[in-house]
Amino acid sequence: MSKALDVAMLIAVLIGLWQALNWYAGDVAISSPYDTTLHLIAQFERPRFWLHLAESIKAFGYALAIAWIGGIGLGVWLGAHRFAGEVAEPIVVALYSLPKVTLYPLVLLIFGLGISSKVAFGAIHGIAPVALFAMNSVRNIRPVYIKVGRTLRLTPLDAARRVLIPAALPEIATGLRLGFSLTLLGTLLGEMFASQRGLGFMIVNAIGLADTKTMMAVTLLLFIFAGTANAILLAGERALHRRV
Amino acid sequence: MTRAGAWRLGLLAGFALALELATRTGAISHTILIPPSAMLARLAGIVAEGQLVDDIAFTLLSVLTAFALAVSTGFLAGIGIHALPRLRRALDPFFATYYAVPFFVFYPVMIAIFGLSKLPVIAIAYLFAVVAMIVNTLNGLDRIPRVLAKVARVHRLSWADAAWNVKLPAAAPNLFTGIKLAIAYAFIGTIASEFIMATSGLGYSIAYAYNNFDNRTMYALMLFVVALVGAINLGLYEWEKRLMKRRTGR
Amino acid sequence: MSQIHARLAGVTRVFPGSAGHGDVHALGPVDLDLARGEFFSVVGPSGCGKSTLLEVLAGLQTPTQGAAAFEDKPIGAETPEGVGVVFQEDSSFPWLTVWDNVAFGLKRTALSGAEIETRVRDALAFMGLKDFHKAFPAQLSGGMRQRVCIARTLVLRPRLILLDEPFGALDQQTRLLMGDELLRLWRETGATVLLITHALDEAAMLSTRVGVMSSRPGRFIDLVETGWPRDRDSRIVADPAFGAVTARLWSNLRGESLKAMGHA
Ligand SMILES: Nc1ncnc2c1ncn2[C@@H]1O[C@H](COP(=O)(O)OP(=O)(O)OP(=O)(O)O)[C@@H](O)[C@H]1O
Ligand SMILES: [Mg+2]
Repeated sequence: MSKALDVAMLIAVLIGLWQALNWYAGDVAISSPYDTTLHLIAQFERPRFWLHLAESIKAFGYALAIAWIGGIGLGVWLGAHRFAGEVAEPIVVALYSLPKVTLYPLVLLIFGLGISSKVAFGAIHGIAPVALFAMNSVRNIRPVYIKVGRTLRLTPLDAARRVLIPAALPEIATGLRLGFSLTLLGTLLGEMFASQRGLGFMIVNAIGLADTKTMMAVTLLLFIFAGTANAILLAGERALHRRV
Repeated sequence: MTRAGAWRLGLLAGFALALELATRTGAISHTILIPPSAMLARLAGIVAEGQLVDDIAFTLLSVLTAFALAVSTGFLAGIGIHALPRLRRALDPFFATYYAVPFFVFYPVMIAIFGLSKLPVIAIAYLFAVVAMIVNTLNGLDRIPRVLAKVARVHRLSWADAAWNVKLPAAAPNLFTGIKLAIAYAFIGTIASEFIMATSGLGYSIAYAYNNFDNRTMYALMLFVVALVGAINLGLYEWEKRLMKRRTGR
Repeated sequence: MSQIHARLAGVTRVFPGSAGHGDVHALGPVDLDLARGEFFSVVGPSGCGKSTLLEVLAGLQTPTQGAAAFEDKPIGAETPEGVGVVFQEDSSFPWLTVWDNVAFGLKRTALSGAEIETRVRDALAFMGLKDFHKAFPAQLSGGMRQRVCIARTLVLRPRLILLDEPFGALDQQTRLLMGDELLRLWRETGATVLLITHALDEAAMLSTRVGVMSSRPGRFIDLVETGWPRDRDSRIVADPAFGAVTARLWSNLRGESLKAMGHA
């Protein structure tokens, strides 16, 4: 209970800071919390906004599916094959830390304007952390667990289901959460450059028109969405971590 | 070099060779990708002519500034937050959400605050990098085994001696992770905000070349960024591996 | 110079409860006088407060009630000079070599480099770690790591040595031999030793006196004088009196151990 209070207090402090920035820099640079919230609510009455939202959700959904499934597949394989993992790990790390925006023109040239570019861009952002965590989770399974599975004469399938997956799951969950955040970031960045639709486009468009209120309103929506999703994923992850 | 290192290098060289062949034979059209050798040639040209050297230097300086600030203040903030468990509990969900928000959209806000200069880019890169350092400092402090802190006490170490010779080395693996991420995020923050909105710098030059259909310059600069970040990462990876080998025995 | 080297008077330790469960009364009240130069062992069921008692003497925990003193001075919130501690869990520094681990405390004294080197070399030989001085703890077995920690404490020549199950990770044969070495060291330096152990034969073989603790909250329910000669060693296990001491320890402990496991 006191934790909820602490978080609420922190949110209050953040809103206070935001308001202070608004007073300092003016409405043109940064709209006030109150105006922004009203403007965000007003957006939901505009059909065009729903179009943008739907487009973003679709692109993000595809990108997330690719990042999660592809990342787990790649990570588990690299974790199980020690040498392959050692060869590939720094390459995946480098992909993780590369400013991937610079690759945007390349992605555009390959996938063309449209949703597939956004999806690809989201997925390349998200896949690296998922793969890295999945790889480490498999590497870190204590050898004694594998031995226990063998002495209990489990079939490989049973060993995977009852021993290996439960042992690796908590760390994989952490990777999935990070992958979620970064895929969202990647998809939005994708929308920002070469798309006529989606929330990312709305943001750049608003920046171009110096429409600070809309820029802030969409960003606020993203904050709330990312924050809520993260809290849910984090709760799931904690529950998994507690079991081991 | 390790066997894995040699394989890795071979793999990357093979990849570059395949691209070279594919683009030379026309399997991949030049409008999509140019041969790596052509990228290199153009990059050499850019450097030789002194073009864009200012932009590159500028970008690297921004990255370095943001990185240094993020590591130092992030480390101190981590120590401070660690000492205040309640603040820490409240902050945790925010740290977890932090990296889902595209900070670049605040560029106009930064301009309003800092004016039209290099500072907005550095500020965004700093904001991007600092949280990774804070989070990993916290992780590192959490993982100092309690018994090692006790050893420091029974040896009657002074506060500074214990901090420097026991706590810091005990937390070092996580601090190293924080530093690695801070470099990565400083790069991402700097180049991405240049790419999107600045009027100078490496990121801007790539966007500019792209908009003017100057594929050769664009790819040359892309190669530069990829190679630079890749090399820094590989170097850190090998270094960390060597340090950790003693500590973990593998 | 008083004959009493260290003293616990009416010491209790209560850990404040947190959300979910109440206070934990871990120890006491305990009264204990350690005579200068004696070898005192503590045995007791798991979780009865043995480590807590040791940490009070080490100045790592302040008693909730009562007081602790070393060499007639009260023990405050820091470890008194002249007290050495070996902890129950592995406490070697993973970032230092075996040599640097052992020299850790010595480098913080005024001793000359040559003296430090001699002491470290002797301690490593004594602990059977001579060939591993360049190794890092991760490359050693659990028992070897524990020996590094013992060496790190002994090189400082403490006047009161507190050992918390130091041989827990060692095999029985090495345990016996290490016990002999510890006895030799104790004889040569005249230090006072407080040893916590879960091995009754070890307590019986090494000690001048053995304190038997009850289940939590730990109190002394028996103090057994062994009456061994000062120049004893592990061959004492063949003595008929040895069996009698061990039997007395176990008859005291059996009930308490059952209680600690929740069977009584
Ligand atoms: N920091 C602490 N906070 C709360 N309770 C504690 C703490 N440290 C110890 N205790 C409790 O105090 C009791 C005694 O602990 P202690 O470690 O002294 O036992 P012990 O006799 O050394 O056990 P073992 O033989 O297993 O090492 C235990 O029940 C333990 O749960
Ligand atoms: Mg104990």
